[in-house]
Amino acid sequence: MLPILFFLYHAVVIIALSVVIITRRNPVHSVLWMLVLFFHIASLYLFLNAEFLAAVQIILYAGAILVLFLFVIMMLNIKHELNADICIGEWPIGVAIGLSVMTLVILGIGKFSHGPMGQASIEAVKAETHTKALGRVLYMDYLFPFEIASIILLIAIVGAIVLAKKEKASGG
Amino acid sequence: MNVNLPFPDLAPAMPEIVIISAATIMLLLELFFKNKGVLAFMGIGIAALAMYFVPMSIGDTFNGMFKSDLYSIYFKFIFLLNLMLTIMISLQYMKREKAEYGEYYSLLLFATAGMMLMASAKDLIVLYLGLELMALSTYILAGIKKHDIRSNEAAIKYLLLGGFSSAILLYGISLLYGLTGTTDIYSISVYFKFQGSSLPVVMAMMFITAAFCFKIAAAPFHMWAPDVYEGAPTSVTAFMSIGPKAAGFAVIGRIFYVAFQSLQADWVPVLIGISILTMAVGNILAITQTNIKRMLAYSSIAHAGYMLIGVIVGTSEGLSAMITYLLIYTFMNMGAFAVIILLDRGDEIKDYEGLAKSQPLVAGLMLVFMFSLTGIPPTAGFIGKFNLFMAAVQAGYAWLVIIAVMFSAVSAYYYLRIVMNMYMKDMTEEASITPSPTLALALAITIMMVFAIGIMPSLVIG
Repeated sequence: MLPILFFLYHAVVIIALSVVIITRRNPVHSVLWMLVLFFHIASLYLFLNAEFLAAVQIILYAGAILVLFLFVIMMLNIKHELNADICIGEWPIGVAIGLSVMTLVILGIGKFSHGPMGQASIEAVKAETHTKALGRVLYMDYLFPFEIASIILLIAIVGAIVLAKKEKASGG
Repeated sequence: MNVNLPFPDLAPAMPEIVIISAATIMLLLELFFKNKGVLAFMGIGIAALAMYFVPMSIGDTFNGMFKSDLYSIYFKFIFLLNLMLTIMISLQYMKREKAEYGEYYSLLLFATAGMMLMASAKDLIVLYLGLELMALSTYILAGIKKHDIRSNEAAIKYLLLGGFSSAILLYGISLLYGLTGTTDIYSISVYFKFQGSSLPVVMAMMFITAAFCFKIAAAPFHMWAPDVYEGAPTSVTAFMSIGPKAAGFAVIGRIFYVAFQSLQADWVPVLIGISILTMAVGNILAITQTNIKRMLAYSSIAHAGYMLIGVIVGTSEGLSAMITYLLIYTFMNMGAFAVIILLDRGDEIKDYEGLAKSQPLVAGLMLVFMFSLTGIPPTAGFIGKFNLFMAAVQAGYAWLVIIAVMFSAVSAYYYLRIVMNMYMKDMTEEASITPSPTLALALAITIMMVFAIGIMPSLVIG
């Protein structure tokens, strides 16, 4: 019973927070609510015995990425944003499409039957410790995707520099 | 912990490894060369080297996550050809647009590597990462003319909508993983052979279809294409109108023919609907355009509709007709964009008025590419369409072919309007061109192939 209550609390809060985040007028408030969201996601990871992921979630997302978000927001002039409408003119169409997809998803979940389980059950992860299990999967089975991900990050850095670099006056 | 990790067999992934390492090295070399042309020629050389490795790269590797087979090899040829031709037409153009960055060529290489990974992905995670590698590079490329506000708009629009489509794709993949307990495309197919379809399966399929229809710019997920194609630098538009589209088709072919093979009854009607809608939207909206890049964007939407027919027919002839069509489309579309780049002022359709009098050779080239895009013999475009429609008729989709031919007739209006502007209207202003050796080479290759395939179809068929 207790695990179910624990999960239900997190599920409801995470959905509610997501709605709160996208409806705030002030981007700084959105970012701060996002901090709360990230803590809830981290505790969901803990619930699955994934203590390493939980720690990374807090250190990287809550610690590093949110700070970057705030930096970017501070560089922009948010006064302008504060007066803008939250929704664009066509919001009823968007809501209609969103609701119909949601109905479909809810109907779908009712018929959902999960496939065969993998080897990393909660007990197996507990026996091996989470960091070790994760490292084994990441660097052995999923080495190839891991390397591609590193290239993607490299491109993100290159792109940011190319687009943000100041041009020399005389060209070149 | 004692781990005995066998070193993965690199041979099947050699073309990708060549491209990615070269792109990384080019990022460093960029610092030492003032003249970015050196990097462009290096890029062409690297693409040629990768092309040399492609035919001998058959095999599976990396724990079976990467699969190089005949199917992926055809696509890799198209990607590398696209890369080479794009570099050829960019060299002078980027200089003229004052956006000459060495990173431009590296990003083209990275994007191509992403497409190649998509074509070879045997695992949904690799597929997704390949897609992101391609998409992230093209977002940056679309916005590389950073002082041009329309280029900025194109990049932002592409980034936001691309982000949404990736999210939808991930949702589909996660549903599939939940249902089957695996991300391996071949294991998924085995699972579905025993387990029939259900609502969640159909949902996962729809999410994945939506995401890839976005990539190939099929209606109703085409909204981004005209704005992005118009705003992006013309050479990047040429690259984007072929590369990501071909990669999207590579994945659609692989996923629908392998993973969802036993569920054909579920996805064929949906794809038929999308295909007809795409042909309608592309061909009808193209008529009203005044900007030639926008017109070619709608034309590229329409061509996606034709190519989807190849997937729908569900036979290996259909798939190979689709690949042939993509190859032919690469030549004719790249040729048309090369002509636009060749002209100093060639973005608006009215810039082509009286072109035949001031630049008869250029007008002649454009005439051939427009005829080919319409599908008039003896150009390659006719062979492509004929081949594709024959495969569909043989599979019993004659009615779909009739619709496609009708829309194809509509397309003659807007393609031939350019021809009419060039040959039958009076000159409003003397058109000037800036030729360059590489651009001329690209035009020579494309025009030669358009005629060669048109006259000797056995080059690509069979």
